[in-house]
Amino acid sequence: MSAKVRHPLAPARATRIIILAVIGALFAVPIASMVEFTLRDPKTGGHTLDNWAGLFAPDAASTYEVVWTGIGNSLLLSAFAVAVVLLILVPTMVYVEVEFPRLSRVMEFICLIPLSLPAIVLVVGYVPVYQFIGRIVGTDVWSLGFAYGIIVLPFAHRAIKSNLDAIGIRVLSEAGRTLGDSWFGFLRRVAVPNLRGGISAAVLITVAVVLGEFTLASLLNRTNLQTALNIINWQNPFVSVAISLVSLIAVFLLLLAVSGLGRVGVRRARRRSPSKVV
Amino acid sequence: MTTSSPVLPGIVGTPVSFEAVSLKFGSTLALDEFSLDIAPGEFVALLGPSGSGKTTALRALAGLEAASSGRILVDDGDITGVPTNKRDLGMVFQSYSLFPHLTALENTEYGLRNRRQPKAARRTAAQAGLDLVGLGDLADRYPHELSGGQQQRVALARALVTRPKVLLLDESLSALDAKVRVQLREEIRQLQLRLGITTIFVTHDQEEALSIADRVAVMKDGRIEQVGTPEDLYLRPASAFVAEFVGVTNRIPAENLGDGTVRVLGSVLPVAEVPVGQVAEVPAGHAPAADATAGGLVAYVRPENLRLVAGAAAGSVTGSVADAAAGSAAGSGVSATVVESSFLGSFRHTLVTLPDGSLLRIQHAASEALAIGTEVRVQVLAVTRVVAA
Repeated sequence: MSAKVRHPLAPARATRIIILAVIGALFAVPIASMVEFTLRDPKTGGHTLDNWAGLFAPDAASTYEVVWTGIGNSLLLSAFAVAVVLLILVPTMVYVEVEFPRLSRVMEFICLIPLSLPAIVLVVGYVPVYQFIGRIVGTDVWSLGFAYGIIVLPFAHRAIKSNLDAIGIRVLSEAGRTLGDSWFGFLRRVAVPNLRGGISAAVLITVAVVLGEFTLASLLNRTNLQTALNIINWQNPFVSVAISLVSLIAVFLLLLAVSGLGRVGVRRARRRSPSKVV
Repeated sequence: MTTSSPVLPGIVGTPVSFEAVSLKFGSTLALDEFSLDIAPGEFVALLGPSGSGKTTALRALAGLEAASSGRILVDDGDITGVPTNKRDLGMVFQSYSLFPHLTALENTEYGLRNRRQPKAARRTAAQAGLDLVGLGDLADRYPHELSGGQQQRVALARALVTRPKVLLLDESLSALDAKVRVQLREEIRQLQLRLGITTIFVTHDQEEALSIADRVAVMKDGRIEQVGTPEDLYLRPASAFVAEFVGVTNRIPAENLGDGTVRVLGSVLPVAEVPVGQVAEVPAGHAPAADATAGGLVAYVRPENLRLVAGAAAGSVTGSVADAAAGSAAGSGVSATVVESSFLGSFRHTLVTLPDGSLLRIQHAASEALAIGTEVRVQVLAVTRVVAA
């Protein structure tokens, strides 16, 4: 068995540990601070579990109902935004890449626009649009999904584009067509299975962005997880942070599940070792 | 007329015709009234430099590019407006185009799924296809587990098992290393002969084209410059471009002596008496019989049609060349100096410089090694073509 060859530019072990420690602290310190904050007793200045116990108190259920509503709405909006990515963005990107490769840069530019606009500017633009949408489809929270479908474009586009470039989608498409594939047949049987990695990453980041979104929901008067936490925060900041921690863990587990689902298909294609190449 | 394959039932040779096909990319005319008739079961190579339109012609046949005008006929049916997936053609691309998420067997049966064949039947056919290209035992490998040559073999099997009317090879060997390329092209040719399938092969490699094709179409600027057997192209090039593009050639100033002969490097070659299989055309306006004055001509001379006389013999050449086939007209030749000599196995290429500084490439027996700086004489045994300078 040969020893692992270290890349000449790879950092030393000590350097790696320091980097990991710094990055770990960057995440751990705020979380630890949040935990400590939720244990504070505002009356005595000491520490207590009352804030956590209050979360599950039967008489507090109505107080925290808005949180459950927010979580439900955020999950619904995540699903909507994911649908926008899967049903509109992915086919469009594949089509542009295969049929109009010269427009690929134009599409990239368009998809990046939401990243360059401050959320408040987006909202100013959305207000008249949502006045119109409200008249057509009502003002239910799910309609916010259109806006979320837009703000996730830069992230989802990048994840899928990298995958498209890596697999050489144009040649695969031409091969598929000469073998009798229709456009949708190729999309379903070749493009999507080979884009699974990029699609998984796009879905993951879409869910993460939507679950963490506050500005649009707040300014367009919709309730989601973040706006609900903000409401609770005005009533009881200790409980609000406790709920934030629980949400953080729940979202982390959800993202882990999404990531795991994405890997299932990829693993099938890579279950064999490349060392078998003859 | 069709020829049936004894190996994969249903594969037959099909005639293909391009009728004045033009194709534009923006303002660039990629195909200019391109016309070519291909007989059933024929193996035709489209050869040309980059941008000559050879790949565009193939892609137009496959339906991957839309012709601006003209017609494309397969089996006497007009397929110009037929979508790619309905054309029933098999294509192997330059880059490895296997679907990465499918095994070799699944890749091979892919086209059969589109033709709604039952699973058992398509598995059997796909396995037979892989056996045909010698990869039957690697059926469960994924593309990343196969070498480049193996991937192209799978791509070939995938293209063949659907029993296409025509097999299209788009620089399919270019990505492979030299040894595998030669081996695979021989295998492709053997397979094509066994199956009797009409095949069109695009390549910029003249050796590849000449070695496996029944006919070669040399293309330039979207048009066919000459189409013919490899022998035709090499021995009877229709134009200066073909003479220069196909094989190695030397461009040497020639003089029209006006009596049916031309003088090339001191060798006087009767135009009518050049060796059998060689052509020495004097273009209109420079016909030896009609124009007795010395004319500015250029002779195209293959390296094997130049003769090197070295050592004592170099000084003793008196105008009589020993080569009987060339006759006595070869003359004494001219003096030259060896500047490079490359051993190429069965023969040797030697580069000499003439007193005026021009370079000539000469092919001769591998055993006749000449040191750099050796003084030699060069005689012309035959010219391939003579054109106006």
